[in-house]
Amino acid sequence: MPDTTVTTPPAGPGVARTGDAVEASRHRPRLGRVLLYAGVVAGAFMMLFPFLWTVVTSITTRGNLSGGPTLVPEEPTLDAYRTLFDALPMWRIVANSFGIAIASTFFQLLTGSMAAYGFARLRFRGKNVIFGLYLATLMVPLQVLVVPLFIQMTRFNLNDTYFALLAPSIASAFGIFLLKQAMESVPRELDEAATIDGASHLRIYATIILPLVRPALATLTVFAFMASWNSFIWPLVVIRSPELMTLPLGLSTLQGQFTTDWNVVMAGSVVSILPIAIVYLFAQRHVIAGMAHTGLK
Amino acid sequence: MTPRAGEPQLAPSGTIRPEGKGRPGWHRRASSRSRHVGWILFFLLPSGIPLLLFTFLPMVSSAWVSLHEWNLISPMKWVGLDNYAHLLTDPGTRRVFANTIFYIVGYFPLVYIGGLGLAIVLNRKLAGRSFFRAAYFLPVVTSWVVVALVWQWLLNPSNGLINQILGFFNLYEPGWWTDPAWAMPSVILASAWKDLGFVMVILLAGLQTIPHELYEAARIDGASGWKVFRHVTLPLLSPATFFVVVISLINGFQVFDQVYVMTGGGPAGASQVVVGEIYELTFRYGRAGEASALSWLLFLVILAVTVIQIRGQRRWVHYA
Repeated sequence: MPDTTVTTPPAGPGVARTGDAVEASRHRPRLGRVLLYAGVVAGAFMMLFPFLWTVVTSITTRGNLSGGPTLVPEEPTLDAYRTLFDALPMWRIVANSFGIAIASTFFQLLTGSMAAYGFARLRFRGKNVIFGLYLATLMVPLQVLVVPLFIQMTRFNLNDTYFALLAPSIASAFGIFLLKQAMESVPRELDEAATIDGASHLRIYATIILPLVRPALATLTVFAFMASWNSFIWPLVVIRSPELMTLPLGLSTLQGQFTTDWNVVMAGSVVSILPIAIVYLFAQRHVIAGMAHTGLK
Repeated sequence: MTPRAGEPQLAPSGTIRPEGKGRPGWHRRASSRSRHVGWILFFLLPSGIPLLLFTFLPMVSSAWVSLHEWNLISPMKWVGLDNYAHLLTDPGTRRVFANTIFYIVGYFPLVYIGGLGLAIVLNRKLAGRSFFRAAYFLPVVTSWVVVALVWQWLLNPSNGLINQILGFFNLYEPGWWTDPAWAMPSVILASAWKDLGFVMVILLAGLQTIPHELYEAARIDGASGWKVFRHVTLPLLSPATFFVVVISLINGFQVFDQVYVMTGGGPAGASQVVVGEIYELTFRYGRAGEASALSWLLFLVILAVTVIQIRGQRRWVHYA
């Protein structure tokens, strides 16, 4: 899992990595290869530089900002972070983001895998119609739902609560679809044998099917976590109190408060990038594989 | 007896018919059937109830609200299809759709060509390949709000990095998100930067499914470089390309976060998109009925565009 994420300096092109590359490098002229390499490095620089710039800006003093910060700040300071943590309950906001993301991922895995088992293994009349209705919810964009959901939450007096934040992501038709497809490919003989041995549905679901669809569960974990971590429009609509905000929302409020204090806004950005970047570095392969996997379904 | 025994469909495979299932008494059948129903409810309700409450119900009520005039506070007033009629004739609607399409048209070629180039390069043997893949993918996991804020700072007209560089070379320094003409290009730039890695990964996965033999065969036939790309890579990559097109268009029509943060739809509405308009109509102007109608119009447009693409894929998508 650690792979080569952290340090693989662009050494000479001699040490090629084993892999599934299509073309061998023998016939390639050397100059072309160097140019190619330069291009890739320049591209990676363009992708990473904004992150570096964010960090640099966040430790620059406000005064030095107006002339445009330099790459190595003259007097690095954590003032911006102090201002940030005074202005917003940042620890709480980070905890909220993690809490909501973990809870919604957990619920989606649970409700999704149960429904997927129901659709893949139980037989009942109207199953296809019900599954079709589930799928139909996939096609309706969140934007269509935001206004009526907000109204519904207001009616039940649930606005500005954790419950409201979490509710729309307890179950996802996307997850059910993904897991059902995976379960359909598990040979039926396995659970039929277990049935003869007297195993209940719950037992078959938990001890036979779930372990066999682990890759799909991993993919759903990645998607659900990222969707929740990054979701913006729904928290924006339903949350008012700073103590209940998630990172994207908290961050967007900074913009209004500190219009010209870019160091504070960038400090907030650093705080919200850091946790997900660490998670990503460890789960990098699963994230990328998960994306690619569903992409081609 | 197991609950499963009550399931009549087990029978067709004959051999595995559980004992005692042969001639069940009426009493026993009834109880095992209800137990089967119990299992169905057990597995489906945990997802069924939330989906019903938080997706179906809002869907239905949104359609209902779209037929009313309503400011979220006073009682709803039935207006039939007036909201739709008004939207269809309102130049404001045309403008937000035009802005959204402008966004898609600017954004898609950037991410597709960039992503394809990267995928091809990173599909070769290259030292540090996984480092590069990870680096290009990092923006994908970063939240939109962060990306928008960082780019707002990079594109800051007075002291942002990009204009400092342009100024250094004595080039024209655009007003970026403060200038109506440059507001949307700013959003496009940030969006392309964020999504490049995603497109790259999808296309990379597509490239890896192309059998090696095809390249060899092409080379034996004397094809090289561009020809191989044009006649082997591109056609065999078309399923992945199709996926990227469909997803990009769906996401493109729903663009909101980055616009809201970077430009707020401004200056003077120059970069307002459809979802931004839905948000403003509801929460700023208290026109929930019109907003709901607009969201259904958006849904219909997305649906139509997606259906057209699925219909049209026969012409250019080659499934192996």
